Amino acid sequence: MYGNDFGQADAPGGRATTPHPLNAAETPDYTDALAAYFDGLIEEDQRVEPRDAMPEAYRKTLIRQMAQHAHSEIIGMQPEANWITRAPSLRRKAILMAKVQDEAGHGLYLYSAAETLGVDRSELLDKLHSGQQKYSSIFNYPTLTWADAGAIGWLVDGAAIMNQVPLCRCSYGPYARAMIRVCKEESFHQRQGFEILWTLSRGTEEQKAMAQDAADRWWWPALQMFGPPDTGEQASGGHTAQSMAWGIKRFSNDDLRQKFVDMTVPQAQKLGITLPDPDLAWNEERGHWDFGPIDWDEFWRVLKGDGPCNEQRIRTRVQAHEDGAWVREAAAAYAAKQAARQQSEAVA
Amino acid sequence: MSSATWPLWEVFVRAKRGLSHVHAGSLHAPDREMALRNARDLYTRRQEGVSIWVVASEDITASSPDERDSFFDPAADKVYRHPTFYDVPEDVEYL
Ligand SMILES: [Fe+2]
Ligand SMILES: [Fe+2]
Repeated sequence: MYGNDFGQADAPGGRATTPHPLNAAETPDYTDALAAYFDGLIEEDQRVEPRDAMPEAYRKTLIRQMAQHAHSEIIGMQPEANWITRAPSLRRKAILMAKVQDEAGHGLYLYSAAETLGVDRSELLDKLHSGQQKYSSIFNYPTLTWADAGAIGWLVDGAAIMNQVPLCRCSYGPYARAMIRVCKEESFHQRQGFEILWTLSRGTEEQKAMAQDAADRWWWPALQMFGPPDTGEQASGGHTAQSMAWGIKRFSNDDLRQKFVDMTVPQAQKLGITLPDPDLAWNEERGHWDFGPIDWDEFWRVLKGDGPCNEQRIRTRVQAHEDGAWVREAAAAYAAKQAARQQSEAVA
Repeated sequence: MSSATWPLWEVFVRAKRGLSHVHAGSLHAPDREMALRNARDLYTRRQEGVSIWVVASEDITASSPDERDSFFDPAADKVYRHPTFYDVPEDVEYL
């Protein structure tokens, strides 16, 4: 999620299973020809486009991944929006509003990309609201102080960028194009977060402590954003191997996590922040930073609903959706009335 | 939960004068007016465009990838439409 794909397989049903030409295959020859066509595209590293024949499993994987990615974007608006009214200056407030608005935009780009595969956005939202589809577990942690706005931009958007950049070359065209747009917008998110912490880290002792405390709380959940390891026992919950074969994923979870650690450690040093991992050490031989074990039990627990804010996030989302219902209905009624009026004028 | 689903619109953005409109993505909106406004907020938050078109997705007719080969076949055997088809002496300039 957030550009990763793991967790329970999607519940079957809905329009997601609308028959594609592949399903309408009447003869094995026809199926084989379409499969060969798809395999050829993947082999040549060509992009797959919406109306191409594709294996049902590829289509389902993409819908699930894009939906979870979209859900993460819009749920991700909540922890930061929590600080908009309390931002320390007008400048910070304007920046934070622009950032949260961007995340709404990212969600919409991704729902739009998912819809090219024949699902409807409202169906995906229903699945989010009913808990059938997940969002990134990171957003189930609370934003306790203003420094959390900084830590989210720096670490959470930083990790998201690491995940999303390779998705710009994803084999599914609309997803890749949406990611290019998203990645262009993300770098401001990360920089504004770093700037918040950079300012705090040169402030009073209390401000420094606040920055350190935020980093302490967000570091491990940020590392979990890359998903469980690709090898060993934890790998069973993931789909890395298949997704890499399909060109959806370009790097393994562990590779991306390592890149993120290598990128972030020097930045933390610059901020004068101590990352909360006693095992963090430069490994001369590997040319990478070593880091300590990640608590995957916590990850699965939070993902499955038992994080500090899961219930609140969904409740807020459903409430916003229901509160907005009259607006959607009124706008639809107005559009219908205008259309009817135009039609009667045309007849007259 | 509300079941009123707004129709889907395709959005095309002209990045600057002199360029064509290019497909940017899609969005839901109740009518063309709102589609245009939503497109502005969604696809041009950083001055990515000087002009926007919105088209109801259901009004678009598209060729099918399945018949791609036969559909574009008529152009396949007309290599003489390309300048490289022609044999001309090498020492002639501006040709
Ligand atoms: Fe985002
Ligand atoms: Fe972001």
